[in-house]
Amino acid sequence: MLAFLVQRIGQAILVMFVISVISFAIQDGLGDPLRQMVGQSVSDAEREQLREDLGLNDPIVVQYARFATNAVQGDLGNSYFYGEPTLDVIMDHLPATLELVIAASLMIIFLSIPIGVYAAIRPRAWLSKFFMGVSTVGISIPVFLTAIVLIQLFSIGVTVDWFPADTGWGQWLNDVFSTDGGMPSYGRGQELTHLFGTWDSNFFSWDGLLHLLLPAVSLASIMLPLFIRLIRAEMMEVLQSDYIRYAQAKGISPWRINFLHALKNTMLPVITVGGVQIGIMVAYTILTETVFQWPGVGLMFLEAITRSDIPLIVAYLMVVGLIFVITNTVVDLVYGLVNPTVKLTGKKA
Amino acid sequence: MKRLLTAFVSCVALAGAPMAGSAAEANKELKMAYDADPVTLDIHEQLSGGILQLSHMTFDPLIRWTKDLQFEPRLAKSWERIDDKTMRFHLREGVKFHSGNTLSSEDVKFTFDRLKKSQDFKAIFQPFSDLKIIDDTTFDLITKEPYPLLLNAATYIFPMDKKFYSGKDDQGRDKDMVSKQVDTFASRHESGTGPYIVTSRQQGVKVEFKRFDDYWDKDSPGNVGHITLTPIKENNTRVSALLSGGVDFIAPVPPTDLDRIKRDPNTDLVTMSGTRIIIFEMNQKRVEAFKDKRVRQAIAYAINQEGIAAKIMKGFATPAAQLSPEGYQGHVDGLKPRYDIAKAKELMKEAGYEDGFTITMMAPNNRYVNDDKIAQAVAAMLARINIKVDLKTLPKAQYWPEFDNRAADMMMIGWHADTEDSANFYEFLTMCPNTDTGAGQYNAGNYCNPELDKLVEQANVETDRDKRAKMLQKVEQGLYDDAAFIPLHWQDLAWASKKNVEIEPILNVMNFPYIGDLVVK
Repeated sequence: MLAFLVQRIGQAILVMFVISVISFAIQDGLGDPLRQMVGQSVSDAEREQLREDLGLNDPIVVQYARFATNAVQGDLGNSYFYGEPTLDVIMDHLPATLELVIAASLMIIFLSIPIGVYAAIRPRAWLSKFFMGVSTVGISIPVFLTAIVLIQLFSIGVTVDWFPADTGWGQWLNDVFSTDGGMPSYGRGQELTHLFGTWDSNFFSWDGLLHLLLPAVSLASIMLPLFIRLIRAEMMEVLQSDYIRYAQAKGISPWRINFLHALKNTMLPVITVGGVQIGIMVAYTILTETVFQWPGVGLMFLEAITRSDIPLIVAYLMVVGLIFVITNTVVDLVYGLVNPTVKLTGKKA
Repeated sequence: MKRLLTAFVSCVALAGAPMAGSAAEANKELKMAYDADPVTLDIHEQLSGGILQLSHMTFDPLIRWTKDLQFEPRLAKSWERIDDKTMRFHLREGVKFHSGNTLSSEDVKFTFDRLKKSQDFKAIFQPFSDLKIIDDTTFDLITKEPYPLLLNAATYIFPMDKKFYSGKDDQGRDKDMVSKQVDTFASRHESGTGPYIVTSRQQGVKVEFKRFDDYWDKDSPGNVGHITLTPIKENNTRVSALLSGGVDFIAPVPPTDLDRIKRDPNTDLVTMSGTRIIIFEMNQKRVEAFKDKRVRQAIAYAINQEGIAAKIMKGFATPAAQLSPEGYQGHVDGLKPRYDIAKAKELMKEAGYEDGFTITMMAPNNRYVNDDKIAQAVAAMLARINIKVDLKTLPKAQYWPEFDNRAADMMMIGWHADTEDSANFYEFLTMCPNTDTGAGQYNAGNYCNPELDKLVEQANVETDRDKRAKMLQKVEQGLYDDAAFIPLHWQDLAWASKKNVEIEPILNVMNFPYIGDLVVK
């Protein structure tokens, strides 16, 4: 266990090192940060002076050495735009993103398992077919489109007049397809609950939850279909196996068979995929946060790119790299708990 | 009892000064969304639209522009010319800063000196030699040479609270320090005379303002007591926020959504022809053919500005044949876009380029409205006179370094004159490039006409308005005749609000909404 963790920490350091080198190497391609910092009519000489002050005229190797020396001491430099240490800026924005990811993950867990299991147990039921159909559509719609559609339907509202309004049934159908709107379409709202440090939470007020809903739904919309299909496929396979048939023959209640014996074995590959997907979800937050003006790290990162705020870009990439390493480590540990026959690398057999 | 009292107070107010009643009851809420929030609270740190918009909320200028580009007294109640180089200003009395200090000439002097230290603003104040204090409420602004744009520059003087910004902050730095790199005192704290006080601010998330109780302008009809400014960068999200009722006022409105907002019964749309000109510069250093006036004219004849404004900009632009928009001194009424393909072909033939040639072109793709689409249209139009264009569009962060290197034969640039004056266009875009004086800093065409330059220089020391206007118009005409560059259009401005927010009276072509005077029904 300890050896495993040490090995993972070693990997993490390696990952961070590689990320920092790569992001330093591409920084010239990211554009000129000074243009974003000064007005258009500032003279070349003034700009050159500022460039010198920021140390941007030094050779790239010198700049990297300076960065690396500070980085090992936990200082990833100051953001050009915010004028604050990059890690502070990221810590300010990270809670918003984590809450979004947590909310989306909860939705995925609590929806995909029942739906997936149901679709596996009753593959021919019309409801199963409906879920499978919707998930095919869901998986093929890009997340920003989902987000825009959600905003139009539930924030702005649509009025439908496809059916003759003078007939009772037409009016009824029109009403069914029309929406009122009114859901918050941007930001985290005013009523946040302060937890600790820089963490303000959306989870503890009605207003906060309302603001969280649409972004979380659109973020979940990419992963949910994937998990439903995965759980269904795995579950169907498990249901064919001998021990399930034996349990059924023995007369154990179907509920117990499905949710205790079958589901446990279904979850193994799901956890593996899940770990990887949480990382990908952090990446998808960039799109979701942009559409919903959700003040998390994804939006911050996108703006840092348009501003060529290189220190912030580098720091973000390193933090996200770290998150990937940590989630994968946690997934491996959890995997070991669910399935004791799996050996962690580094653990003595 | 309370109601009685209110009724009594408003009666008195109505009898005394008709407007004062509304100012006393600034109790409306306003949620507004811009595409970005202010980078800093220090109004001297960056010269940008966002900072100037903030300046008009938290501070007040000595004088400000009215809708029709005239000057309106603000903190300076009057001014008079003493001699060629000196203008005397008289401050309003008893004006309070947010800190409670009283405004005096000392504060103006402090602000003036600080402006001269600011990287972004010093250029505007370069023609000034001194600000001399006469007494508590009187001071002289003195220029090195006779300077016709003295009042234009005075619109940039937003007096800062000298006492408040003096001394050391908790990190031992001077409180009046202006810096883009470090977190200064002024970038986090403000004390101005403006209608709004910043009560909280989270960069990139929101800024909250509350009406300043002791605001000097009791005649202001403004009745907004509390403002939340949220930056919403995505155009779609900003428009949705307005349509869904999440915010009351948005700017800018993207051209693609103008119709959507117009159709909505609950929102108002205000558009205005803007002053930011979009042009292409033809680099004469890189392309031999561009040295020939006839080739440049041929290109000018080949471009259909009206078409671009109608089709690509969806009517959200004013087609241009010159740099100066209407209302500027250099604007020449007669200059119209000269689209005529036959004439263009003829000129190319005359110049010996009937078979055309190949050039490179660069434009940004996220700086101006539809910039990349405009560039594609221009490239297609040039193909009709046999000029093949190799077009590359880049994000602005990558575009500007390329622009500085003059990396393509034709490059796009948009320009807004900080001084709201024609000469600014010429100084930066068309004067012969000169690294010593900084002239022609953005003249990527390397166009050079010493005669016109001389006229610009003369105009810059001519204080007689009419004479000066004649000179500037002569320059504009000369540039047109020479086809020094290819003007496309002035980008329009657009704002939108809920019906009960009366934005129209507070908007202007500089895009500094005077939120202090905003009335919400």
